[in-house]
Amino acid sequence: MTLIPGRIAAVFGGRRWRSLAPLAVLIVLCVLIAIANPNFIELRNLVRLANSAAVPLTLAMGLTFIILMGSIDLSVEGTLSVSAMVVVLLAANDANGNDYGWWAVVAAVVAGTAMGFVSGLIQTMLRIPSFMATLGMWFIGLGLSVYMLSGSAIRLNDASIRDLALHRFLGLPVAVWVAFGAFLLAAIIQYHTKLGRHILAIGGDEDVAKLSGVNVTRVRITAFALAGFFFGVSGVLAAAQLGQSHAVIGDGRLFAAVTAVVVGGTALTGGEGGVVNTLIGVLIVTVLANGMILLGISPYIQQTVQGLMIIAAVALSLDRVRLRIVK
Amino acid sequence: MSAMLNASGIIKNFPGVQALRNVSIEVRPNEVVGLIGENGAGKSTLMRVLAGSYRPDGGSLTLDGEQLRMRSPRDAARHGIGMVFQEQSLVLNLTVAENIYLGEEDRFTRFGLVNWRAMNAAARRQLAKIGIDIDVTARTSELTFAARQMVELAKALTLEEVVERQLLILLDEPTSVLNAADIEVLFARVRSLKSRASFVFVSHRLDEVLAISDRVYTMKDGAVVAKHRAAEVTAPELHEIMVGRGLQAEYYREARQLAPRDTVMVEAKGLGANGAYHGVDLNIRAGEIVGIAGVVGSGREEVTRTIGGFLQHDAGEMKIAGDMVRFASPEPAVRKGIGYVPRERRLEGLVMFLSIAENISLADLSSVMRHGAIDYGKERRLAADWIKRLRIKAPGPDAACRKLSGGNQQKVVLARWMTAGSRILVLDHPTRGLDVGAKEEVYELVRDLSAQGVAILLISDTLEETIGLSHQVLVMRDGEITARFDASPGKKPNQVDLLRAMV
Repeated sequence: MTLIPGRIAAVFGGRRWRSLAPLAVLIVLCVLIAIANPNFIELRNLVRLANSAAVPLTLAMGLTFIILMGSIDLSVEGTLSVSAMVVVLLAANDANGNDYGWWAVVAAVVAGTAMGFVSGLIQTMLRIPSFMATLGMWFIGLGLSVYMLSGSAIRLNDASIRDLALHRFLGLPVAVWVAFGAFLLAAIIQYHTKLGRHILAIGGDEDVAKLSGVNVTRVRITAFALAGFFFGVSGVLAAAQLGQSHAVIGDGRLFAAVTAVVVGGTALTGGEGGVVNTLIGVLIVTVLANGMILLGISPYIQQTVQGLMIIAAVALSLDRVRLRIVK
Repeated sequence: MSAMLNASGIIKNFPGVQALRNVSIEVRPNEVVGLIGENGAGKSTLMRVLAGSYRPDGGSLTLDGEQLRMRSPRDAARHGIGMVFQEQSLVLNLTVAENIYLGEEDRFTRFGLVNWRAMNAAARRQLAKIGIDIDVTARTSELTFAARQMVELAKALTLEEVVERQLLILLDEPTSVLNAADIEVLFARVRSLKSRASFVFVSHRLDEVLAISDRVYTMKDGAVVAKHRAAEVTAPELHEIMVGRGLQAEYYREARQLAPRDTVMVEAKGLGANGAYHGVDLNIRAGEIVGIAGVVGSGREEVTRTIGGFLQHDAGEMKIAGDMVRFASPEPAVRKGIGYVPRERRLEGLVMFLSIAENISLADLSSVMRHGAIDYGKERRLAADWIKRLRIKAPGPDAACRKLSGGNQQKVVLARWMTAGSRILVLDHPTRGLDVGAKEEVYELVRDLSAQGVAILLISDTLEETIGLSHQVLVMRDGEITARFDASPGKKPNQVDLLRAMV
């Protein structure tokens, strides 16, 4: 069995410079920021960096599978807020008497998975493009969670869940380890399972995959449910980090996740890239954001830079000449 | 010997076309059956029926005496029927091994994890069995076409690992992308595999079919018109049967072939484009039809695409109606009065979701504009007029083009270029996919256009059509013009002469 490190070597040792580019960008970025502000490489800042990468990394793991398939999942923020709402309302909180402890976490992840499963069903059974199906699910999820939270912020009082963010193991918050676990799980699924391979095949050529006997409908539904699972886990981490859930807990997460996936080198057309690319992509996005804060750049300019980055990444990664038509 | 697969009375209809009419063939064990016919004769449709991707509208299929009901290629595979497709069916972003076992990963999966090493080893064994040395961990996109074809063959043969009975492998024009040496390799494989499988081999190259097959079926217009033992028939005889048509001259409306006018509409001297073709001299006068014959890769497609504005030439010069031109895109070509009628009507010819009226006015909206706005009444009247003149079978100007039959779609494309005032038409396989009746209507139309002084460049699927329609036939091989034939009525060159210059 080719182990994951071998795969990483395959991805980044490839003949094509394009697969190396994201790693090079990450290194150059780190060096430049460290030169401009040596505080960047202080341990304290690195821990902060890892902490702020935890939620985007977990989200982007799920999104990677969808984009690999050539689809898109816009329901990131909706699913995340549903999951955060479920965990806060079922665990000890300041709005009701529930105190189900870790069962709340399980319920939140199940809720996220169910959201993804429904997206998959809508896409395959009703034959609605994933763009529209998940756009709808985004607002369904968002509306549902804001309604359940009665529009206000509700505090998460369960100490053991809060420990995901507050407790440290080997110097890093538990949330970071959870995110790393999510990465390992995603890598195993992508590189070592049939599901991972079939997702790649569908992204490469869906008709051929179908002719070869791949059950495209089942793979699609499973992939969306899997993405929902990762979004669900992210929702729990986000609630633990903030110590509460509120209407805007998901704001900006979709953009960050899509940027990370694309900057990492996963093609929007599907079939190219993977979760290892996305890990690099998440680090680029997080390091850049952290660096701009250290350099005292205005938050609005930061946003502009992120917008430029996503366009530049697509421009560099996509073989646009090959696209017959750009829609 | 008793038949392994028996197809009898197979019927398959598509909207507006009967693709298979009462087709019966049988395949015996350890046999290679050749299937020949012109494009549109129904070969590929028949193969898809045998492979389970089309369900026949009538007739029956039996395998070893058992009734076969296949709903998908997967069903066919379960019965030991595998297909190597004409347009290659490998996922290019996966490795060779991953492609060979795509959909069959369960055999290498334990505890949910796929054992890639075992899969690679199995793929290596499979390729070794057919004597092919290809790195199974290479990305498929990095392989040559010939190597991909071998991988497809290996993939089809993996069925023997899971199916008890002898395999039936369908090869749909497997040689069309291969060169002579690769074809020899493929044939050697097929011969050595005959002890383990039967094959159905489709090709339009008759000598190949005769070289590899035991028996040959000839199809024409959706029906089997002859079957022979390969040893008892020659290529010219088969050709005669395949294309033979009584009253050929009448079929192509030769009586209506008029002498071209004097005005030269297209003039090319020493034309060349990045290796695709070179040194091409070409003259097309008003009212003249010039046909180019040549095999795939001869460069004739690229010449037509250059004149249509899809491919820029980088050597020599081209004049359209006396003006020097070099088209970077189709748009200036259209403005110069060139209309391109593509073979892929669905992809390049028509916007299928738009109506007939909208498609006709597309290339020259100004013809239906009034005061800077589209005049819908005018657009519909224009379309209604064309529907009548070209006898387009459609409910009316508002009918969506995707609902028309191929022949009627082709007429809409021609109507559009006439509306745009095209004086030069490039016909790229204008009758592909049309049935006989529709073809005749297109020929009629082509003669009308020629009589009106339109200069026409034609490339076509069959030599017969090229010869029958053209005033002048050029033959291309390896990017060069190798022969020129006068094709005035009564002085038509014969196909053997053309073939000699083609290969």
